[in-house]
Amino acid sequence: MRILPFMKWRFVAAAFSVVAITVAIGSISTRSLNWGLDFTGGVSVELVYEESVNLSDLRQEVADLGYLGAVVVSFGSDRDVLVRLPEGYTNDDGQTLVQSLRAQTDQDIELAYLGFVGPQVGEELREQGGLAMLLALGLVMLYVGFRFQFKFALGAVVALAHDVLFTLGFFSLTGLEFDLTVLAALLAVVGYSLNDTIVVADRIRENFRKVRRSTPSEVLDISLSETLGRTVVTSLTTLLVLAALALFGGEMIYGFAVALLVGVAVGTYSSIYVSATTLLALGVTKEDVAIPVKEGLEQDDRLP
Amino acid sequence: MLNKYSLWKYLLILTVVVTGFYYAAPNLYTPDPALQIAPSSSSVQLDAALLSKAENALDEAGINYFGEELQNSGKSALIRLASAEQQLRAQAILSRALGDFFVVALNLAPTTPEWLMSGGAEPMKLGLDLSGGVHFQLEVDVDAATERRLAMYESGVKRQLREERIRGLVTLDGTDLEMKFRSEADREAARAATADLYPELFLDRTEEGDSWNLTASVTEQTLSEVVDYAVSQNLTTLRNRVNELGVSEPLVQRRGANRIVVELPGIQDTAEAKRILGKVANLEFRLVAETNAPITERQRFEYRSADRAGIYEWLERDLIISGERVSGANAGFDQNNQPNVSISLDGEGGMLMSRATRDNIKRRMGVLFIERKYRTRYEMDENGDEKIVKIPYDEKKLLTAPVIQSALGAQFQITGLDSTAEASELALMLRAGALAAPITFVEERTVGPSLGAENIRLGVKSVQMGLTLVVIFMLLYYRVFGIAAVIGLSVNLVLLVAVMSLMGATLTLPGIAGIVLTVGMAVDANVLIFARIREELANRASPQMAIHAGFERAVATILDANITTLIVAVILYAVGTGPIKGFAVTLSVGILTSMFTAILGTRAIINLIYGGRRVDKLSIGPLPKSRQTSDDARGEPA
Repeated sequence: MRILPFMKWRFVAAAFSVVAITVAIGSISTRSLNWGLDFTGGVSVELVYEESVNLSDLRQEVADLGYLGAVVVSFGSDRDVLVRLPEGYTNDDGQTLVQSLRAQTDQDIELAYLGFVGPQVGEELREQGGLAMLLALGLVMLYVGFRFQFKFALGAVVALAHDVLFTLGFFSLTGLEFDLTVLAALLAVVGYSLNDTIVVADRIRENFRKVRRSTPSEVLDISLSETLGRTVVTSLTTLLVLAALALFGGEMIYGFAVALLVGVAVGTYSSIYVSATTLLALGVTKEDVAIPVKEGLEQDDRLP
Repeated sequence: MLNKYSLWKYLLILTVVVTGFYYAAPNLYTPDPALQIAPSSSSVQLDAALLSKAENALDEAGINYFGEELQNSGKSALIRLASAEQQLRAQAILSRALGDFFVVALNLAPTTPEWLMSGGAEPMKLGLDLSGGVHFQLEVDVDAATERRLAMYESGVKRQLREERIRGLVTLDGTDLEMKFRSEADREAARAATADLYPELFLDRTEEGDSWNLTASVTEQTLSEVVDYAVSQNLTTLRNRVNELGVSEPLVQRRGANRIVVELPGIQDTAEAKRILGKVANLEFRLVAETNAPITERQRFEYRSADRAGIYEWLERDLIISGERVSGANAGFDQNNQPNVSISLDGEGGMLMSRATRDNIKRRMGVLFIERKYRTRYEMDENGDEKIVKIPYDEKKLLTAPVIQSALGAQFQITGLDSTAEASELALMLRAGALAAPITFVEERTVGPSLGAENIRLGVKSVQMGLTLVVIFMLLYYRVFGIAAVIGLSVNLVLLVAVMSLMGATLTLPGIAGIVLTVGMAVDANVLIFARIREELANRASPQMAIHAGFERAVATILDANITTLIVAVILYAVGTGPIKGFAVTLSVGILTSMFTAILGTRAIINLIYGGRRVDKLSIGPLPKSRQTSDDARGEPA
């Protein structure tokens, strides 16, 4: 097997990560996120057209009418259109919009529903969500620290924060709507990123014990090269499924799929560069993962 | 012998897989679009005659239906329709034909065959985003609950002082009860009486000239208890109401401090659903006023029932108890086989009731039913457009005014009712009225069934696409081992669906997404194992050794990776609501089933194919170039 010199490029990767995360944090703090109606509440207008409508034309029309931040999506068939007006608009604005749209077309537009939709996510839930994230991070650190070593735990958490911030930054920069499904996707990214990092960490631990007379940097290169095949195959299959979701899953699942696509891609990268680089930076050595006397026994117990 | 499972292991795996298929199977049967008919009031009976009336109406309109049946001993009826497109029209036709006494709801009737039903196998429930329906958010008017509690304190203290012949002035000031007395003795007596009656009040004494004052204030803690009680009581009442009116698979859930979410799948008409839920009601028990009572102490109320329309009674202004003290009401029969209604009150309610009734035997007691209603007014706004204004008001009508036969306690009966139907209607109204605080709709949303159907179609399609791509890839990349992995993957999906169905979990859009994600992640376990086996082969291990070591070594990694993800999923479940919870459930179940299929299932298949015999070559695709022994690695350029 060819050992690829991954660690030689770690400063380039680190620079990339630092820049990306800085941009992400900058964008999140200045532009914030395009919170979906799940978070903000707003006026929801559901229209049924006689014939199928061109969404991009309709979006232009709505924008021309001066509705800032309005979201136009189709749902159900291509005759059903959902227009969401953000916070600040009233039901009357919705009525006016319907009248203006009716005036611009000879099609008959049926108004299926118009009303204020309150936020699904209340203040307390947002706080709870943040708390849950911290709790999850804490427990994961504890578990990894216990199963591996503290430096690995720190590496995993740094990689995790990196992936979440990167994905959030992506949503902030592109202005894609951040709704509850995207939040769920973000949580899945956490799971995925961990999965990836642990698999690599597992191999690093194994090689530290097995490969003698090598520098830590060499051991990491060996480990990453050995797991590269698996990393690529898993990411590829997951990305295949996600691409299918993004392309064919429909409007309502699009945000979810995009969040995961970005998250999984960056998660793959971070399991190679972020967690490994952090390990090197923390000065990981053979002694960190030396087998305690009883560990071998425990492992044998666990295997079927 | 390497790579051979003992017979019991194969049997165990087979049992799990067969059970999985059995419990997953009901999901294969597409439910029929159906209409569910339920009486809107318990005094109306559903019978075969009504069913044939419904059938006639459908026949006339040329709508194809089948499998009509009465359910729950006449509490509801179900008519299955041939096509979903006719569902809305059929509903309109039936609603008109059957009139206001019946609620006609859209429904999906499961078509699970008998051999599956007998084992308790049921299909997964579909979430609102998939099945269509209405979503409401209601807000409990906690101010009203607080006010009501304060009014109860006021009238309670007043009554107590009157009984103990303590003269003083009692007024309500914000959340404080101000009492003024002429002497210190009076005040001390009042203090003792109040502390005895309501130990939760905080009492404070002040003097002001020749007036001896006592302030009873309600603590923050008591106020928050009142709010909590109001919301949870509303929750129970709403649940009962939704259940009693025969809506299938409803969801009634508390959200936040004072909101309640109600989701009614299958209902499309928000007005209809609001009529069911919107019977926002309360009760008041008051004595019927004596004829010589001053007009300032009595109020006039009309009877609620249609056959006593226009008749009214004068009731006292002071109330004995309100609906929040009623813990239950049931229709039944007394010893003379006459219909009656038994009412149970909570402890404090019983005390108040006994105190109020023991001196008033042979007087009558009125039961008022209070409904929050809306008056719709049309106003012109500044642009000259008509605007709909809804003004809430409380409509108070008299349910009944029976004579008090003896001192009443926490349990008592209302007798002298005309029919069993009247008794059960009264019991229903009493239960419905047992609301602690009025609620208002703050949000309503309809999810069309077309949206639901479309979402399912797209979800299923993308799952199929994703799966096909993964299958093709695995077969090309891992050959025979790929076949084992694909079988494992399919079994994993079946098991996931089976466990979700058994748990009674609700499938939502994020849930489908969770399944898709699990499929992607489940591949990972197989990939880890196969990559290991390839490595072992490249390091010149014998095929059997490679299989053995590959599985053995990969398992530790798979466990570590999956347990960390599981930690996250469990926390998501614990703190998340709605969609996040649905996602967490699918993810956790998926992780568990994928570990089972990848570690045990795939292994069993590989063992069956290669185990226990001489094998020269494994069909697992291209091997990585050997890295030889570990010490040689040192020599390679780093």
